[in-house]
Amino acid sequence: MSTNMSAHADAHHEEHHDTGRNTTFGFWIYLMTDCILFSCFFATYAVLFMNTAGGVSGKDIFDLTLVGGGTAALLFSSITFGFAMISAYKKNKGGTLFWLAVTFVFGAVFLGLEVYEFHHLIHAGHGPDKSAFLTAFFSLVGLHGFHVTAGMIWIIVMFCEVSKSGLENRTVTRLSCLSLFWHFLDVIWICVFSFVYLMGAM
Amino acid sequence: MSQHDHDSHDAHGSVSSYVVGFVLSVVLTVIPFWAVMTSAFDRATLFAVIVVTAVVQIFVHLKYFLHLNFTKEGKLDTLSFIFTAIIIVMVVALSIWIIYESVLMMMY
Amino acid sequence: MNLLGKLSWDSIPHDPIVIGTLIVIAIGGAALFGLITKLQKWGWLWREWLTSVDHKRLGIMYIILAFVMLIRGFADAIMMRTQLAVATNGSEGYLPPHHYDQIFTAHGVIMIIFMAMPFMIGLMNIVVPLQIGARDVAFPFLNNLSFWLAVSGAVLVNISLGLGEFAMTGWVAYPPLSGLEFSPGVGVDYYIWALQISGIGTTLTGVNFLVTVIKMRAPGMKLMQMPIFTWTCTWANVLIVASFPILTAALAMLTLDRYLDFHFFTNDLGGNSMMYINLFWAWGHPEVYILVLPAFGIFSEIVSTYTGKRLFGYKSMVYASGAISILGFIVWLHHFFTMGSSASVNAFFGIMTMIIAVPTGVKLFNWLFTMYKGRVRMEPPMLWTIGFIITFSVGGMTGVLLAIPGADYVLHNSLFLIAHFHNTIIGGAVFGYLAGFAFWFPKAMGFHLNPKIGKFSFWCWFIGFFVAFMPLYVLGFLGMTRRLNHTDNPDWNIWLYIAAGGAFIIALGIAAQFVQLILGFIQKDKNLDKTGDPWNGHTLEWSLSSPPQFYNFAKIPHVDDIDTFTDMKEKGTAYKREESYEPIHMPSNTNAGPIMGAIATAFGFAMIWHIWWLAGASFIGLIVAFIMRAYAKDTDYYVQPDEVARIENAHLDNVAKG
Repeated sequence: MSTNMSAHADAHHEEHHDTGRNTTFGFWIYLMTDCILFSCFFATYAVLFMNTAGGVSGKDIFDLTLVGGGTAALLFSSITFGFAMISAYKKNKGGTLFWLAVTFVFGAVFLGLEVYEFHHLIHAGHGPDKSAFLTAFFSLVGLHGFHVTAGMIWIIVMFCEVSKSGLENRTVTRLSCLSLFWHFLDVIWICVFSFVYLMGAM
Repeated sequence: MSQHDHDSHDAHGSVSSYVVGFVLSVVLTVIPFWAVMTSAFDRATLFAVIVVTAVVQIFVHLKYFLHLNFTKEGKLDTLSFIFTAIIIVMVVALSIWIIYESVLMMMY
Repeated sequence: MNLLGKLSWDSIPHDPIVIGTLIVIAIGGAALFGLITKLQKWGWLWREWLTSVDHKRLGIMYIILAFVMLIRGFADAIMMRTQLAVATNGSEGYLPPHHYDQIFTAHGVIMIIFMAMPFMIGLMNIVVPLQIGARDVAFPFLNNLSFWLAVSGAVLVNISLGLGEFAMTGWVAYPPLSGLEFSPGVGVDYYIWALQISGIGTTLTGVNFLVTVIKMRAPGMKLMQMPIFTWTCTWANVLIVASFPILTAALAMLTLDRYLDFHFFTNDLGGNSMMYINLFWAWGHPEVYILVLPAFGIFSEIVSTYTGKRLFGYKSMVYASGAISILGFIVWLHHFFTMGSSASVNAFFGIMTMIIAVPTGVKLFNWLFTMYKGRVRMEPPMLWTIGFIITFSVGGMTGVLLAIPGADYVLHNSLFLIAHFHNTIIGGAVFGYLAGFAFWFPKAMGFHLNPKIGKFSFWCWFIGFFVAFMPLYVLGFLGMTRRLNHTDNPDWNIWLYIAAGGAFIIALGIAAQFVQLILGFIQKDKNLDKTGDPWNGHTLEWSLSSPPQFYNFAKIPHVDDIDTFTDMKEKGTAYKREESYEPIHMPSNTNAGPIMGAIATAFGFAMIWHIWWLAGASFIGLIVAFIMRAYAKDTDYYVQPDEVARIENAHLDNVAKG
């Protein structure tokens, strides 16, 4: 990415000076590819969820209280990230850092609950190698968890960047990409808890 | 989500719009969880409740958190999302149709 | 824990053919290494090319990669054809099944992923930014990284030649055959990681070029004024972005099955291998349109240039490409009618497949109408185009035949199918790329190739193609299935001999391409393209010098219609000397791309051989390298106006001299 800070007018589109808008648009398209990646795992789950190979089904293992907790954490993290972005656009460094930290904590709570759930299931003998249903379930939810992990590493990186060099345009552009990523993961999670957990526990 | 002008905040949402989105999301999450956990309805109704609240909540997120819109600046993002959604619907629906029909032919 | 994972001395194959190949590669590699060292070109190579973010240089490197892999893939083809010609009447031939199976797998993977894709992306890299009046792509570093990820995949495929084995599953790698139970070796792992790494690079290319085309067009250029090649590439990029994630997902699931004992596609515990086949072709079918749409664009440019007319039906061409792209997403089941889904599923996909022939027919008529009453110049690019129209029509018609589920049940996995898809991929995509290669070569390199040798190469390819593949249609009707190692039916022999002969005629055509290239470089100074517009072109790339300056456009042109350069020539505004220039902002070259490509290769290699410490280290290395690149300073610079003026004036003096 050829980022730059010069203040050339870009009225003529002469140069790459509006990289900010290119970057967020490019990142949005990347998110669309990610969306399709997830949709493949959803389709596979839909195909395999009945194939329990005589083992447990969703009804037996899903703990909706736990899932509800994770969902709440992720939802709170969404609005706190929104506040971080509002602070960032106001060039409020302290506010941005505070809300980033809060978002990180909520993300960590979500991940912690998911790790607990996975650990619990594997410990009880319901690991992903036990049936096609469990394979599809662990992969789909795990893929989302993997993305959340990546998002949290990114939050750490952005936290360092903001605290070190403030809120230049380049930094705000990156924050808005991260914001897209984080909110996008929440949309994916809506699908996960609706189609996997709620329908499975029905 | 348009990031075109760093000086204008309209495209990025305000505290109130985030709060509206958040409250709507909470309501749309609580309804299906409550319905399933208390088995409030029969299966078909439960199914419908889950699907409808999920779809509505996705739209809420797209509008209030991802700021998709049809302004001149934001149109492209929205259109690329709609295109992706169409592809996803085609790929997922046709995949499920293909595999379910083949499973039926196997007469499990 | 074993530090080298599954790797040991026994991993090196003992087959004399493989050892011979390795020795030849070693000698060739040493010679190349020695030559570069002797000429002291390593620094130049690194600074000017390998680390370059210039889309034109990346395009050239992509095409070099494509040619190298073409040699590898074609060697596989020749070996298969000679084996089948020899192994008749009870003879076993010279390739044991274990080796033969690897060869047909490698041939398919290499030709699609590492020959056709880089060739297409290379042409797109060179031409698209020039056609839309941009100075580079939207994300130049990402472009360089994409290239190195493609190289990384190609390197892994080639390592499999000397270490371990390649997959023996066919290029589609269907489970359960490709699962751990039936393919316990490293072959399928090579396949998975080579495709996964290069596939991620391709996805990034798709994102990059979409942003470039949407956000970086010259001022005034509306979408419906983009040159037709740019349009078809854009549709191809839409398809890349929408379909490559599906491949990523399918391969990731296969990986989990093989590495962590998951059960997506296994026979036991509820897995469903049909889901892999389904996902694979949900990517695989759009993939063939990714390959062929840009070729359609190339033919459109060539037809209008070499007939001296504007393209007939520009708009219908754009819409037809769009229709093909969308319909390309709802026909994939025709690759596995024989799976045995229900009648309604088969009917739906059969009909959709037939419908997709309609927009393709629209295009064919557009090309014919463009030629109608035009002054056709029979240069090599035009020959390729006419050869394509004939060959591709045959391929298209056999395709419609295969679209009928009932017929497909009989013909599927027979040589009829092999003949059909080579008919479309060689006659469509490969002819297109070679046409584009001949068409844009002077633009990219600054000198002409010998057209006589070019024509000779075309005739070898064209005739060789029909000699090699028409017999396969016959063999398909005679009941010969694909992937046979040896045959025992005297009725088939004659057709197998003819097909082998055809392969050698094509080999002559490929050799002629290389002779043409070598001769071109030797006689370079005599054949310089001084005007930058050798064919009287229509679009903006021909308004620049050959090769274009590193900044492409000294002043970004204003565009108000299609065929901008033709308009400029008609209005007399072409080759205008500017009064003054502005500083030009350019991205700097970066070594982050090749370094990350190398780490990705190490990661793939470690995963293939279960060298877990290296896999972990290189995975973390990749993340760290990416973050470091994100915070790199010195990523751009300015070209000063006096330098721009000096370069531009030298070019315009050249043009004036003719």
